[in-house]
This record gives sequence, structure tokens and C-alpha cells, in this order.
Amino acid sequence: MVAKQSGRNRGGGGGGTAAATEVSVEELARVPLQAILLADSFATKFRPITLERPKVLLPLVNVPMIDYTLAWLESAGVEEVFVFCCAHAKQVAEHLENSRWFAQPNFSVTAIESNNAVGAGDALRLIYEQNVIRGDFVLVSGDTVSNMSLAVALGEHKERRRKDSNAIMTMVITQSKTSPTTRQSRLGTDELFMAIDPDTKQLLYYEDKSDKGTVSLDKTLLSDHPSIYLHNDKQDCYIDICSPEVLSTFADNFDYQHLRRHFLKGLLDDDIMGYKIFTHEIQSNYAARIDNFRSYDTVSKDIIQRWTYPLVPDVQFFGNSSTKLDRQGMYRASVVGQSRSAQVGPFTVIGSGTTIGSQSQISNSVVGEGCKIGANVSIEGCYIWHNVTIEDGCQLKHAIVCDGVVIKSGVILEPGVVLSYKVVVGQQFIVPAYSKVSLYQQPIKQDSDEELEYADSSTGFMDASSLSGLPDKLKEESTIQLSESQLQAASEVGSGGVGFIWSTSEGSHEEEWRHSVAPIPPAKLLEIMHTSNNELEVVQQDGNLPPSGELERDSVTANSNDYDDDDVDVKDDYDFFENEVEATFKRALEENIKEDDVILEVNSLRLSYNLATADCSGALFYSMMKSALSAPHPSPSDLVKNAATVITKWEKLLKYYLPSIDEEIEVILKFEEMCLESAKEYSTVFVQILHLLYDKDIIQEEAILNWASEKEGADETDKLFVKQAEKFIQWLNEASEEED
Amino acid sequence: MPDVHALVNDFLIKLKKRKIEGSKATAKVTAEVLRSFISQQRLPNTNQAGALIDAVKAVGEQLIAANPVELAVGNVVRRVLHIIREEDLSLTAAAIGGLSLSAGSDDEDDVGHDEHPALSAAAVAAAARSTLRPPSLQTLLEDVPHTAAVPHTSSSGGDSEGKSKSADKNSSTKRLKHNVIEAVNELIQDIVTCHEQIAEQAVEHIHQNEVILTLGSSRTVVEFLCAAKEKKRSFRVFVAEGAPRYQGHTLAKELVTRGLQTTVITDSAVFAMISRVNMVIVGAHAVMANGGVIAPVGLNMVALAAQRHAVPFVVLAGIHKLCPLYPHNPEVLLNELRSPSELLDFGEFSDCLDFGSGSGSPILHVVNPAFDYVPPNLVSLFITDTGGHNPSYMYRLIADYYSANDLVLQRRSAS
Repeated sequence: MVAKQSGRNRGGGGGGTAAATEVSVEELARVPLQAILLADSFATKFRPITLERPKVLLPLVNVPMIDYTLAWLESAGVEEVFVFCCAHAKQVAEHLENSRWFAQPNFSVTAIESNNAVGAGDALRLIYEQNVIRGDFVLVSGDTVSNMSLAVALGEHKERRRKDSNAIMTMVITQSKTSPTTRQSRLGTDELFMAIDPDTKQLLYYEDKSDKGTVSLDKTLLSDHPSIYLHNDKQDCYIDICSPEVLSTFADNFDYQHLRRHFLKGLLDDDIMGYKIFTHEIQSNYAARIDNFRSYDTVSKDIIQRWTYPLVPDVQFFGNSSTKLDRQGMYRASVVGQSRSAQVGPFTVIGSGTTIGSQSQISNSVVGEGCKIGANVSIEGCYIWHNVTIEDGCQLKHAIVCDGVVIKSGVILEPGVVLSYKVVVGQQFIVPAYSKVSLYQQPIKQDSDEELEYADSSTGFMDASSLSGLPDKLKEESTIQLSESQLQAASEVGSGGVGFIWSTSEGSHEEEWRHSVAPIPPAKLLEIMHTSNNELEVVQQDGNLPPSGELERDSVTANSNDYDDDDVDVKDDYDFFENEVEATFKRALEENIKEDDVILEVNSLRLSYNLATADCSGALFYSMMKSALSAPHPSPSDLVKNAATVITKWEKLLKYYLPSIDEEIEVILKFEEMCLESAKEYSTVFVQILHLLYDKDIIQEEAILNWASEKEGADETDKLFVKQAEKFIQWLNEASEEED
Repeated sequence: MPDVHALVNDFLIKLKKRKIEGSKATAKVTAEVLRSFISQQRLPNTNQAGALIDAVKAVGEQLIAANPVELAVGNVVRRVLHIIREEDLSLTAAAIGGLSLSAGSDDEDDVGHDEHPALSAAAVAAAARSTLRPPSLQTLLEDVPHTAAVPHTSSSGGDSEGKSKSADKNSSTKRLKHNVIEAVNELIQDIVTCHEQIAEQAVEHIHQNEVILTLGSSRTVVEFLCAAKEKKRSFRVFVAEGAPRYQGHTLAKELVTRGLQTTVITDSAVFAMISRVNMVIVGAHAVMANGGVIAPVGLNMVALAAQRHAVPFVVLAGIHKLCPLYPHNPEVLLNELRSPSELLDFGEFSDCLDFGSGSGSPILHVVNPAFDYVPPNLVSLFITDTGGHNPSYMYRLIADYYSANDLVLQRRSAS
């Protein structure tokens, strides 16, 4: 496609025919392929490491992540890259300067720094303001590892754009296994549901946080697209090919922050602009994003297994030192001091200048440059960065050890431990599983809420960056900080140790194992299997679209049993619904609207709020009683009279919504609730009104009796009204017996 | 100057990223880069050759390190070094001839030549050369006094000796660079035309109604087969598809468009088909000094099958593929492991590459080597642009093309 393009480019200059001129006009607008690289993930998954160093500079198999992304962009034919740096912007810019990216011919890298962006949206808006993007561009984050060729995807994108200017984005996806355990244990991502038109590859639906257990598709989608594939076996690569309209959309919607959660869903829901998103599936190429420690582990291993070829350690794709590949996936730099009795196992990378003592065992690990590993050390599945000292007799399993860490003799790191920069672990200390140790104290406010995360992370990064602005200043400050709290710190990580153990907040503790580098324990794996199986069942139930005749007007939803799952949500919805019904009823009163019309209105409200008929009767009754209450009533008896007139007037309406006993009980319960909460005046006349309802045949005796028996088991406060109505109920009982 | 650096850097990056594929293209670009490097190099007045050799060595080292798998880079660098030595030698010899006295040369290389009687410039040159390396077969057979009259050049890399002879004797120091560039130009020409030179010999090897088997795809093989076809030979070709890259498919397509009877078979069917085959003709990645071949993966199996059925196994190799190193040399990286995605679909197998469960170590491991090593005893014949040779003759060709001083270029990287 690219070749074709350039070919036409050459020939397009003197286009004579109409078609040729059209082409040449298009070609004149052709600009070098640009890319926006977000060197900030706007998340806190890599804390505490990211307090000191931006995520994109963390070494992935001894090479900073951003170099993988840049090397890929360069080899994929991108000519201009704008690197957006936010957290630790100085460090990123410095890295770019020191590396040779700036000196590359035909490949320009520009750093755009900003300190106050809190999300990808801010970044894109800033870039939009700078007016540097002139054509289609590639949008990636700086933690993407891929070797895909962009030519095909780009060609498809351009072709679609030519036909339809609303096709503004092409998303790269890849196949993955449907098994939820695989998804969880590979990249630590949640399930992702995508609906794609199989013919046009248009993306119609995207849901990555399916905690509701339901997938709802708009029915109108099916009228436009005769067939839709609902996928659970695709993985989002977070590589987007975008047209400039994407930036302007961000500029128009100033509340868009998250690329997927806000922007993508916003576009999918919004019909006004009519923008369309398409997908491009890559088959054998590799593409993955490092989102958490788990995917860090997985991608590292994929690199060692050479899936990312040519981005592998022994190919010097960019400035990395020469490394040789031995058998069994062992990569060794040219200068490694290894004791004769040390055993370096399979799938291990050893950086240059590292020494390994006698009887030490290393397997499935990455060891950086200039590390000193003592004797009798066992290292399994660990990521040890540069200049780390590990003294004799330590045992490390599935840990991440950052630059400059000192691990004194006899220390045991349990699976999932993260030791941040320059931490010292004291002798014989056992670091508990999944703990994170840093020189910085944990920020006090640790919130799991997504929305707050942005704000929190930005402030967190801010003070961190101010601390680490200058390397030696950092040292000073940290030593000051250390001397202040040395006593406390020492006790936290053993005698002579330096660092704070970050406590995990109770909510996220459960989640620790999901995203750590340690393999998921079998018990947890089973748990995932189990829960996901249950989930899947539900999903399948809903995923299988019923025959179109059964589709409800607005959406395909699960059966109402699901209300138990998300009570809060429904409660909110119900309150809104109640208010709406009340307003409708009021209007009906004022304007004397016919009953049928009111029924119609209430029905439509019910549908749009997706509630059951029982809720309507409750709400309607509530609004009637409210209107009765609003009329002047000097004494309780007047109130009863008011209620009686309202009820008689709207008898038919109420009856319409009371087709069965269940709804009637609902009305009684509603009334009880009103008496307790919103309209206490009714509490005195509860029995009278109940009687009235019975007289008017609105509520049958069965309903009342059922209600009473239901309440029997309840506690005293709940029984208040049952007691009030005791006599009435007794009378009803007798009456029914007489009848028998 | 700076543009040469940019050129070298650009080429380095391309090599590092494996952007140039195929030894012929790599060899050509390497020679071109070296040519522009030499032409931009400023030389001191004394010991020009030494300075030039050091400079080229330094660049060559970088180039070799950039892609240690592609041996053609090293071959060309060594060829160029050899050319510089040859040119220097012939210039000194010419100067000596002019003075007819063994005045001290500015080159330390030709120490032994003053014992020789100063017969003539060419004789001195030839003699000096013979002290530097084992004499090539042709030089031995030729009569030295005869060459004095007509400076007949041997098969060695100094094809340009004729020109250097015609050069003005006095301006020898200024001529060195010019001559070297001329010679490198010829080397480039040789690399470019090696296909035709090899293909010319096709009719001698392919006979009427024969069945030829080949594996994978090689440009040299295509040209070779088509040259035979053009000479009205009618024969059939079996193409083994060459998993996992299946270049055999493209080869088959190309052969068919040229009107050759072609049959595509799987790699694993080679043994079954070999009894019907008259000759195996394949390309190579590199030919080592012992006559062993580094060739696309699968060829060792084909060679063994051919040996079992006494079918000639013919390897076509341009002279730039001739590597002066031995395959047991630790400096030589014999193989390249490519991406497993050529074998398996990543998405399909992602559950087998699950590191998050169990012990955290992968159970499935995919190995995708690019090359095979075919030992010399399995090769019947090499066809290079200078003609057909036995595997046992390779060392002699190497002696003609390379100087022994250049064989090891990368020694100091260990520090």
C-alpha cells in the first residue's frame, strides 16, 4: 500500500485527467506519517517505582520500554514522533537526548512536556493546540511492545477514509484465547467484549469493565448491520491509527480523559457526529501493552522467547550492548563474570559487567548490568535491574528489584515483592509476599477509585518529580529523609535496612496477586475459573440474542434477577423514576389528562428506566398519596378524605398497574415505607387508607393477608403497621373463614 | 566527512535492525559504503596503506558487530583490506622497479622482498606477494619472467594490477587511494554480476531431461535454472517449499512464468523424491573456509538424502559468500533464531505461553533457526563466478582473495 502510494506520488505531479488531479490534490496533502507517543500511562499501577522514575524508562529486558516503542515506530515507517511527557518529564526528555533517537535520519522525535495533564485527553488537547499533527497519525503509549507492520493497517485506514470521511480511527486488535484464566494470567487484564461487524470490521461495542455481568447491545445496531460478531476472544493492543478529527473530538469534549473509557465509548454512543471506528486484526505479529507488573512479566518472557523479533536482546535494535544467545534461550552479554560452579538456567538474560558467585542458581530471570550476585544465591523468575548487590545466601522468587538495591546476606524475598530504587534489606530479613518497599513513604491517601486516581496520581508525581529533579539532590533529600526516620525504617526491613514497606489498602490487597510478577497461586486460579465460568454463563445467556421479535424497544438486557447484583444502581434509577412518575401524575392532575394517556406515559417511563410493573404501581401510588398530602388537610380525617377522592378519581389507573397480588403487596409495602419516611402524616391513618383501598377493590384481601404473614418474621419496628392493622386483618380472616 | 559518517551510521542501523536481507545486497552495500569511506579518508604522507587499513578495519569491525550473522559484511571488509594491501604492494613494487634498488619501503608489510633479485617490477610484486601468503596455484604454474613482459594478473583480488602498472611510478603515493577505489569498484561490479557469471556455466551442468531439486528460494538458483532453459535445455524442477518462510512458493511461481516444468513438494517429501532426482542445486548463505556451507534451514537434510542416493549436491555461491573463517570459530555466529510467529500463530497459542500460572516458566518453547550447516563431505561441487570447485579447494580460493592478516578483526572488543 505504501509502495503504491509513493508510486502515485511520483506520477501525480502532472495529472491530466480529472481522476489524476483528484489524486494529486490528495497527494499534495500527504504528510510524513506521524505518531503521538504518550510517555505517561496516567495510572499508579507501577507504584512505588514510578515515584522515582517514569514508567516508560523502566528497563524491560535491560532496555527502557520507550526504546522498544520508538524502535518499532521507526521500523514501521513513522517519520515524526511527538513524545508527550508528563510525570518526570525532565527524565524522559533527558533520556531522549542522551539516546541517539534525535540523531536518526528520517526520524524526528520531539518531546512535548507538560506538568498538569491528568489524562490522555489533556495530552491530546495540548497537542491539538500546538497544531503539529497534519494528517493521519498513530497513537500509542510508551509502553507498547510490537513488531507489527503498520503498512497494511494504514492502507486500510486510508482506503476507508477515502470512501467515508467519518471513519476516523482504526484500532489494532489481536486474537487471544477465550479462557479468562489465560487473559488474567497473561496480561492481567479483565475480560473485553467487542461487537464487530464482520463485513466492514466496524467496531460497534466495546466493554472492558464488565462488572455488571450483562452485555447490552442497542437493537438499532442490528438494523444497520445485518450481522454482528460479539467477541470475547480479542485483545486490545492499544495501537490506534487516527485521523486529525480524533484530536478535535478531544478538544470539543473537554471531559474526555481516558482513551477507551471516555473517548471510545463516547464515539460509539454518540450518533450526532456519526464518527465510525474500525478494527484491524493482526495475525502473527506481536503487540502488547505493559499495563501492570503481570504484563511486565509476560512481555519480558515473550521477548526472551523471541516473539518480538527483531526486538530481541541479541539484536542491537537500538544501542543495547552486544549480547549472545546460547542454547535454551540464554542471553549473555560479552562481559559476564560467572563462577564455574554457578548455574545459570534457561530463559535468563545476564547484562554486561555482572558477576555471579559460586553455587548460585539463576533461572527464568533477567539480571541487569553491573550487578553483584554473591554465593549460594537462588534467583527464580526475578527482574533484577542495574547495579544491584545481592549478598550470599539470599533467596529471591518472582520479585522486581530496582536499580541500586542492596540485599544483605540471608534475605528471603517471597513471591511478588517489589523493591524500589536504592532500598537496603537487612540481614536475614524475610520480605513478605506481594509487599512493596520504597525509600518514599506511602502517600496517605490511597484510593482505588478510578476517577480520583487521576488527580491523586498527578499530585503524587508532582511531589515526586520535585524531589527527584536533580539526581544528587535526590540523594541528599532521601538521606535527610532517611536520617529522620531511620529508626522506623530500619525496623521495617530488618536491621541495617533502609526503606518503608507500603501497606496495601484492604480493598486492593485481594487484588495484589492479580497484578504482581509472581505466578497466580493455583487456588486463586481455580477461583478465577469458577467465578468466570459463572460469569460466562450469564454472559452467554445475554450474549445469545433472542429472536428479534422478543427484543425490547431499547435494549437487550438480562432478566430482572440481576437486580440483586447491582442494588445501588437500581436504587438510583428507581428514585429518578419515582420523581418522573410523580411529575407526570401532577401534570395529569393539573391538565386533566386522560387515564389512557397517563398509562402510556408511565409505560414509556418504565421502559426507559428499565423497571418492572410492580415499580410503576408503587411509584404511582406514591405520587397519588403525595398529591393527596399536598391538598390542604386540617385534620387526619380530612387527609383520609383527600386520599379517598384522589384514589376514586384515579382508581382505574391504579388498577391497571395491579394485575396480580404481587403488585398489590408492593403497593402496601410502599405505603408502609411512606408512612415511615417521607409522609409521616399518613402513619396515623394507615388502617383507614388500607381499608379504603380494600373497599375500592384496589387491594384484595389476599394481598393484605400475604403482607401480614410476610411481616410476621420481621422485627418489632417493622411490625408497627401490622399491629395497627391487626384488627382489620383479624376481621378479614374471619370474613374469609365465613365465606368458606 | 560528516556525510560519510552519516552514511556509515545509517548502514549500521540498517544492519542492526535486520533491514537489509540477502547476502548479495548486503555485500554490495557494504562495498559501496567502504568505497565512499575510503574516498573521503584523508591519508598521511607516510605509511598510507597502514593508515587506510587501520581506518577500514575500525569501520569494518563496527559493521561486523552490527549483524554478526550476516557473514557477507565481514567478507567484503576483508576483501577490501586485501585490495588495499595488494595495491600498496604493487605500487611499492613498481617504485622499486623504477629505482631498480631495494630502497626501504614505507610499508612494513613487504619485509622479505629485498633478498630477491630485482628482476622487474612485476616480478618483485609477484615475489613479494608470494612471501605474504601461500602462492596461488596459478601463480605457481605461471612463469615469472613471462609475466614481466605482460603483467598477467592471477586470479587473486588484484584484478586492477594492470591499471596500477600503467600508473606513473613517481606519483605512487597519490595513486594508492585512486587505485584502491578502482579496485573496489571492480569488486562491486563482481558482486553485481556474480549471478550472470554463475549462470553462464549452467549448460555445462544441466543436461537434457534431467530432474533438478532445489529448496527454498535463491536468486542465484533462479538465474542458473533460467539460463539453462534459455539455452533450450528442457528439464524439470522439484521445488521443496522451504518451511517456515515458504520461499519455495515464490520460486515456483517465478519458474513457471519463465516456462519451466515445476513441481512443488513439501520439505519432508524430499527423501521420497530424491531417487528420481538427477541433481540438487541450491543457494547458500555463506561458504566457510573448510568447504562447509551455511545454508537455509532444511538443507542438511536434503544433502544427507542426496548423499544416500548418490545424487550430486551442487551449491551455487557468489564469491562474496566465501568466508575465510572456520565454522568452529567462536567469533562466527552460525545461526539466527527468528521469531516463533513464523511457525505458530501467537493468538492461537497464547494459552500455552501462560506464565502467570504454574511455576511461571514457559513450557512451550519454539525454536526457529534460519540456517543449517552442511558439512563439506556432503557437498559435491561449488559453482562460483570463477568456475566449479571442490569443497577441498575452498581454502585455496580463500588464500587468493583474503590476506591472512585480516582474518581476525574483532579481537580488541574483549577489553
